[in-house]
Amino acid sequence: MDREFILLLGSVVGILVVSSIIGAVLASRGGDEKKLKTIQNLNARIRSWWVMAAVFSAGIWLGHAFTTVMFAAVSFLAMREFITLTKTERADHEVLFWAFFVITPLHYLLVGVRWYGLFTIFIPVYAFAFIPFRRVLAGETKGFLASTARIQWALLVCVYAVSHVPMILALPLKNYEGQNPKLLFFFVLTAQLSDVLQYVWGKTCGKHPVAPHVSPHKTWEGTVGGIATTVLISTCLWWATPFSPWQAALMALLICLAGFFGGLVLSAVKRDLGAKDWGSSIAGHGGFMDRIDSLCFAAPLFFHLCGFYFGTGMDPRPPDWILHWLGK
Amino acid sequence: MILRRLIASTTRLITGVRRLHEPVHGEGPAIYYANHSSHLDFVVVWAALPFAARQLTSPAAAEDYWSKSTLRRWVSCNVFNAVLIPREGITRENNPIDRLAEVLGSGRSVLIFPEGTRRSDGVVGEFKSGLHHLAKRFPLVPLVPVHLENLSRIMPKGSLLPVPIIAQAHFQKPIQFCPSEPKGEFLTRARAALFGESEIV
Repeated sequence: MDREFILLLGSVVGILVVSSIIGAVLASRGGDEKKLKTIQNLNARIRSWWVMAAVFSAGIWLGHAFTTVMFAAVSFLAMREFITLTKTERADHEVLFWAFFVITPLHYLLVGVRWYGLFTIFIPVYAFAFIPFRRVLAGETKGFLASTARIQWALLVCVYAVSHVPMILALPLKNYEGQNPKLLFFFVLTAQLSDVLQYVWGKTCGKHPVAPHVSPHKTWEGTVGGIATTVLISTCLWWATPFSPWQAALMALLICLAGFFGGLVLSAVKRDLGAKDWGSSIAGHGGFMDRIDSLCFAAPLFFHLCGFYFGTGMDPRPPDWILHWLGK
Repeated sequence: MILRRLIASTTRLITGVRRLHEPVHGEGPAIYYANHSSHLDFVVVWAALPFAARQLTSPAAAEDYWSKSTLRRWVSCNVFNAVLIPREGITRENNPIDRLAEVLGSGRSVLIFPEGTRRSDGVVGEFKSGLHHLAKRFPLVPLVPVHLENLSRIMPKGSLLPVPIIAQAHFQKPIQFCPSEPKGEFLTRARAALFGESEIV
């Protein structure tokens, strides 16, 4: 593995070591009950971060196939949380089976074999049509539009958007051949760092809520402080990317803003569905959706902007062995 | 038994149900009762119990289904330790309450579904009187309500395709039988306790 990747990994380990020490010091100092609860949650979050960072880094290190499978699992589990909170009807049952066990695996298969042309349209064109087609067979018209829209949203947000993260590995970039894992790392690190730093800034000096009805814990101080710090840190990592320092800063800003709005939008969806957290799978954080909400909308934007400004053009055709197999 | 642990942990993995750390009613046998909406219900409650309590619990299962083949009979008797109860043609000899009472009398816990049948609309139906008959015979055994959520969405009546919805088994505060209480009131109180709306009497 190249030295820059090791350096990126090292900086993540460094950040985690420092935060674990801060967490331990805070816990040993004590305080009133409310404060102790916050510190407990903070330490649970940091412990979960160690696990997530380890799994994520190992996946990337093991290559394209592992990264694809890892994000396929994340999509599946996120959509599971999304659909669990959504009030689905009996008539949705068969459509949901298709969404989970056929559409999602097929879509990630396209990521795996790098068939870019079909990857971009499989869910927006084929799945978009298939879902209402199958749903109409169930013969139930009550809530038809809401039902199909919910399932289409679940697929777009949890599967289609998230799958652009592993697809970064297949993006051909000028003077950057074989180095894409670092770009993927840069993207995920920036998106997650922005979440963490907005939380830290918000907890320490947050006062004025941005959107009190949607997400009461998001404050102006937290958002601005968190985004500014993240852009600063990510700009310092420009050497790992195909960007110049100021380009890295703009890209980081884009990831942070898309992440902020993505988080806000999914928070609104969550509240619309009447829940506080998406699930309870990750200690301290909530569910998978709580962890990837800022990634969902940022991933396709980042992917396409990288491709547009720094790419040499994606090949939309399927790999040769598929062409051969199709008899073309 | 490894097979039992394997089935229990697989069930928890698939349905997302968490295992209880310790029984809600303390030591000794209990009458667990739950709402019924799916074929998976009794396996889920069984799998959500702490290991020691699970070993000592017999779920009630439909005799016509579970005694049809040698395999089913073996699984229901040896894996789940189920009490097979008839759904139709009940006589004095095969009275389901007698069979459950026999198991409770031997110091084991039982799991029953007082609605009698699976509901497909997500609503908890009225309780049949079986729960009352059983509680009357064992007035000191605590009754533990288990509210099952989302199981009908995983595999609804009439479908064999599973959808990976996250289910939950809420073990509520136990209730006690009270001899002076009329049957109807007891059944209403027991049903309300499923939703955690009752205090320990």
